[in-house]
Amino acid sequence: MANALEIRDLRVSVEGKEILKGLTLTVKTGEVHSIMGPNGSGKSTLALALMGHPKYEVTGGEVLFKGQNILELEPDERAWLGLFLAFQYPLEIQGVPLGRFLWAAKKAQLGQSETSNGKPDKKADAKALGEFRKELKAKLSLLKLDEVFGQRYLNVGFSGGEKKRAEIVQMHLLKPQIAIMDETDSGLDIDSVRVVAEAINQLRGPEFGALIITHYQRILNFFRPDYVHVMADGRIVRSGDYSLAQELEAKGYDWILNGQEQGVS
Amino acid sequence: MPKEDVRHLGEKRHGSATVEKKRETFERDYSQYDFKFPTDRYQHVLKPGLSREIIEEISHLKNEPNWMREFRLQAYEVFLKKTMPMWGADLSTINFDRITYYASPSDKSARSWDDVPEEVKKTFDRLGIPEAERKFLAGVGAQYDSEVVYHSIREDLAKKGVVFLSMDDGLREYPDLVKEYIATVIPPTDNKFAALNSAVWSGGSFIYVPKGVQVEIPLQAYFRINAPQMGQFERTLIIADEGARVHYIEGCTAPVYSRESLHSAVVELIAKRGAHLRYTTLQNWSNDVYNLVTKRAVAYEDATVEWVDANIGSRITMKYPAVYMLGKGAKADILSVAFAGKGQHQDTGGKAIHAAPYTTSTIVSKSVSKDGGRASYRGQLVVAKGAHHAKSNVRCDALLLDERSRTDTYPYIEIDEDQVTIGHEATVGKVGDDQIFYLQSRGLSEAEALSMIVLGFMEPFTKTLPMEYAIEFNRLIQLEMEGSVG
Repeated sequence: MANALEIRDLRVSVEGKEILKGLTLTVKTGEVHSIMGPNGSGKSTLALALMGHPKYEVTGGEVLFKGQNILELEPDERAWLGLFLAFQYPLEIQGVPLGRFLWAAKKAQLGQSETSNGKPDKKADAKALGEFRKELKAKLSLLKLDEVFGQRYLNVGFSGGEKKRAEIVQMHLLKPQIAIMDETDSGLDIDSVRVVAEAINQLRGPEFGALIITHYQRILNFFRPDYVHVMADGRIVRSGDYSLAQELEAKGYDWILNGQEQGVS
Repeated sequence: MPKEDVRHLGEKRHGSATVEKKRETFERDYSQYDFKFPTDRYQHVLKPGLSREIIEEISHLKNEPNWMREFRLQAYEVFLKKTMPMWGADLSTINFDRITYYASPSDKSARSWDDVPEEVKKTFDRLGIPEAERKFLAGVGAQYDSEVVYHSIREDLAKKGVVFLSMDDGLREYPDLVKEYIATVIPPTDNKFAALNSAVWSGGSFIYVPKGVQVEIPLQAYFRINAPQMGQFERTLIIADEGARVHYIEGCTAPVYSRESLHSAVVELIAKRGAHLRYTTLQNWSNDVYNLVTKRAVAYEDATVEWVDANIGSRITMKYPAVYMLGKGAKADILSVAFAGKGQHQDTGGKAIHAAPYTTSTIVSKSVSKDGGRASYRGQLVVAKGAHHAKSNVRCDALLLDERSRTDTYPYIEIDEDQVTIGHEATVGKVGDDQIFYLQSRGLSEAEALSMIVLGFMEPFTKTLPMEYAIEFNRLIQLEMEGSVG
């Protein structure tokens, strides 16, 4: 059975204000879903709440990943299960080189960070590190980032586009089963969008599922999502296939939103 | 120093009987002594407290020349007259009468491993310190193993004429050189603790690097044999002759368990014309120690002195490495890092004295406070009249990990010259939830994420270290960070 991320009637508040008002959605591995919607519809809240940001308070519903309720889990535990979030605004961390950080993350996920007696297996680590370095180099190249980015401090001094591409490098190296991408395409020029979309396409397969949050239809041209959902006011208001995205591109969001107001769905 | 002397020094060290004899010593099997060190060579512990008699006895036991005995006695008189510093950390609980001022290394090592606190042992485990080193660091054994490894390095140094001895051996083998330079940078009258050190000093390093000699590898305190690596009152003197280059590292990241609660060292550096001298300290005294150290360098024309100073352990540290730029074009680089945990006060910083034109100084101070710890930056910047075109840049960054912890900045600036460029910047930061979340979302625990951010903050320091020190330092910070979350 495919591993699934099952979101059921999810309600989330931020600083006392309810943003997600009963959202239901299932993303299985092997599927690519796209969530579209106007500003303020709660797309980023969904992404951050799924990953477990402490500021986002879950007030109702449940989220199962591989059959396990993840709402009680720390963000790192969700990551170990195979969940990944590509941030809309990746954070800058001074003094921590991208490569070193990713290696630490990789080790944490492999469960090698610390063995029971506190002594890591040096031989295995060295071998894994060698492979990791090769892979990092390959993935940087895939995202058209210079090799030197591995030594640069995490997102510090990166341009907006470089930050987004570095997120996808991280995603490739950590190999999640379900990846949430929060407006990865915003702020990218058309060439970068293509590079990023191709990198995402490479991951597609039966072992990988994605939830791609976007404001624009543009990126969807480069990889056809299996499902397209429209989000408004904290809920999914319409679901369909790729043709829905095309329809949105032609008509804008208003026809759906207005239709909803009139009770048509 | 005349050229002849330099060559003489080289020949004396190279292939000398001393080196051969030491090789023999290395090959002896010390395992039979278990936690103990053969005590037939040293077994002196003087009674606590300080007096002329005690000082004469120290000098006698060390079989020193008269001038050194006189130097000690005069320093003792200064010590009696000087008042305690009325600024900085609280030193009111130091009781000079209860301190033992001289104990030879062997009886330090005669202490049993059982006496070492459980916490220190546990930290050794976590740091992965080899068995032999643990005993040494805990003061219950001496470290001979590394001596074997470094033997060939010592021979190379000897060939180049580099003198690298304990201060005690330095005084025995090069009395004239020691006499010429000792206390020229830090006289006993400088402060009460410098006076105390001058009266009772023991151990420390004596290094002379001849003209133009580049020492490629960092010299580390534990290369030496039979010298207490970190005595209570060690005295270090390093002379880099014209155009010489040397990097010295003292200390280590494992907690040093000491029998006395006062550590008061004096370190004097002399960088002659065009010399390049870097001095790195990693201090991790156990948390009951008062660490009151005077460090000062003089830099002549076009010379560069770099102090790299990390303070992690101790209850109180007061330490402000100084560089007096006495020659045109001299440079000073002071990088000071402090970590103040529960019950600790790290009062550290740096001093840059511009006494010549076209001199440049940079002071960077980074501190982390957590669990109610306090880190203070105290710095002095002086540009004397005539030191035109001096440039100085001071930067202090403090990271506070919780609301109970504290950081202060005390910059003292005196500028007596118009044509100068001075920059001063201070920041106080906190770790943001979003940063922690970002790192956590990649699989790091909250504690690991916080450690990583702190390590990143310390990176400007860590990257100056040789790799093995950097790794140890990072592990140590990770240990210090544990338990600070949740």
